[in-house]
Amino acid sequence: MKADPKGVLTGIHYLDGDHAIAEGALAGGCRFFAGYPITPSTEAAERFAERIPLVGGIFVQMEDELGSIAAVIGASWAGVKAMTVTSGPGFSLMMENIGLAAMMEVPCVIANVQRGGPSTGLPTLPGQADMMQVRWGSHGDYEIIALSPNSPQECFDLTIEAFNLSEIYRVPVFLMTDECVGHMTEKVVIPPPEKIEIVERRWYKGPKDKYLPYLPDKDLVPPMVKAGDGYRFHTTGLTHDERGYPVINAECQEKNVRRLIDKIRKNADKIIKIEEDQTEDADVIVVAYGITSRVALKAIAEARKAGIKVGMLRLITVWPFPEKRIKELAKKVKAFVVPEINYGQIVLEVERCACGQAESILVPHGGGSVHDPETIFEAIKEAVK
Amino acid sequence: MKKLQFEKSNEKNINVRHPMESILRMDRIPHIWCPGCGIGLAVTAFASALEKTNLDLDKVCVVSGIGCSGRVAGYIKLDSFHTTHGRAIPFATGLKLANPELKVVVFSGDGDLIAIGGNHFIHAARRNIDMVVICVNNFNYAMTGGQVGPTTPLTANASTTPYGNFEHPFNLPYLAESCGAVYVARWTALHVRRLTYSITEALNKKGFSFIEVISPCPTLYARRNRLGDGLDLLRFYLENSVIQHGANTKDLDIGFKGKIVVGKFVDKEKPTFLDMMNEHLSKVLRDKYKKYGE
Repeated sequence: MKADPKGVLTGIHYLDGDHAIAEGALAGGCRFFAGYPITPSTEAAERFAERIPLVGGIFVQMEDELGSIAAVIGASWAGVKAMTVTSGPGFSLMMENIGLAAMMEVPCVIANVQRGGPSTGLPTLPGQADMMQVRWGSHGDYEIIALSPNSPQECFDLTIEAFNLSEIYRVPVFLMTDECVGHMTEKVVIPPPEKIEIVERRWYKGPKDKYLPYLPDKDLVPPMVKAGDGYRFHTTGLTHDERGYPVINAECQEKNVRRLIDKIRKNADKIIKIEEDQTEDADVIVVAYGITSRVALKAIAEARKAGIKVGMLRLITVWPFPEKRIKELAKKVKAFVVPEINYGQIVLEVERCACGQAESILVPHGGGSVHDPETIFEAIKEAVK
Repeated sequence: MKKLQFEKSNEKNINVRHPMESILRMDRIPHIWCPGCGIGLAVTAFASALEKTNLDLDKVCVVSGIGCSGRVAGYIKLDSFHTTHGRAIPFATGLKLANPELKVVVFSGDGDLIAIGGNHFIHAARRNIDMVVICVNNFNYAMTGGQVGPTTPLTANASTTPYGNFEHPFNLPYLAESCGAVYVARWTALHVRRLTYSITEALNKKGFSFIEVISPCPTLYARRNRLGDGLDLLRFYLENSVIQHGANTKDLDIGFKGKIVVGKFVDKEKPTFLDMMNEHLSKVLRDKYKKYGE
């Protein structure tokens, strides 16, 4: 399906990452935004407030982030593509209902423009320390999808992608950007609507009386209906059977949770997007995402100049984690160098997947700015020693 | 409502259908509520009210939070959502604003709506989101074993106030009115007919409507406070409730074993969130804006 031209601001623009998220969402079919102001994500909400009434959608500034995510889930059940945008403290507040979205299998998109933490931390400065929170932050077992754009253009493109993935898998999808990318202004090319692929919701098409809200298709994802269409369905955050009715026992839990996990894990190959550069001959591979992937480019160039065979693996999809590819590469390289603006999150995944066949070296940063490329270069030099 | 025909035991009698079968999920009955609990009466009133209105039931959604009353959504055969603790109102806000054709009813308890969900309650009332909020007030957190709540009367015992409650409780109609609700009523579980009428009025009204239903909790609140069983409490309501339509909501505090003022206190007209939005944006944006939901 092609994008609705109403939401697509075709042309060449000069936008920051936050604004590009809003434009990506509108192009991707989002017509409901609920949010709460929080630095450094507020510009996205402001753009929505200005633009969404002009394209037939609705903006509501809620009383807090708890309400924002709840409203987004409600709106999605009404059949409208919906999103919210936040940062660290707001993201923490959203955790409970992110679990509800995972459990009820509600398509929705949440952008986290990461800042330094913990707590109020560094409201105006970058961080990448919510990468494990996005994966594990709500209680219980579930899977989500998280993408990490490294430019305003990618904020636009990946927001469309996020909406599409959330509809395909009926899962909350996250845009894990950061203050740098959020506030960085660059050229953003918005293509004409007929060049933008949109995934429509997987509507249930069978007879009304046969509808079971959680009876999955072959790919483990159940088709959906929306409120007001006469199905008179029930849905709950409790462990439930195919009818959506609560069943409080271990058997149902196994079936219910297992499918939430498997629908992502078994489709991981279709979901995961990575970008590789100069990995064919590499002895060392830098694994990076978001703003850090751009900072690392300079270190890689320096290292190549110094004769070190170093390549780059950029995580565009962070969750599900591209474990197959890391496993393959681990057999060929000496080490992975993982710079990230935290004290070791994604490096743990790299280390897990490397299975001891290659070293995994963290280049940490406490947040508040980006790495000095020199630090990453030093780590690369150490890695080949 | 059709009357149940009680006949001498024969096959016909066994096949008698429940009069509320069209509204209830009969495949989920029996429900989890205790004998003597008032939530079932509130549900009965709600089901009867739905039958009395001319609403298209396919467009009516029920949203609940967590707790005993939070289970209501699970038994109503409409599009029904059992959400997280305290978040029924913002969830319902999303439903309503995304599809203004829907009639959205939030059915939950005092702890869910007023304690953990208090912030959402006051803001939904302030914005005048078009929804009906039915709050079953049983004076305690019953699902978790009878802890003190935001409506527990002074001196009453609860499992977390073993020496009696010393916190000032909320007066819910006063709270609702002061935050902007356009319809405010309070009834007890005894006043099923009047409650049904109030729910009908609220369903037919545009804007944020609030109905408090004082309900017996014989298993926890009443037992711990030696107030008797469900029937004793209904008798208490009979003897101690005072119908006072239009009473000043400031004066509606409920004391321990005190009088309970019931009635319809507020019924006024005020543009809803969507009315305000459409009117304002049409004025400012002129032909660039197409009225939302119309």
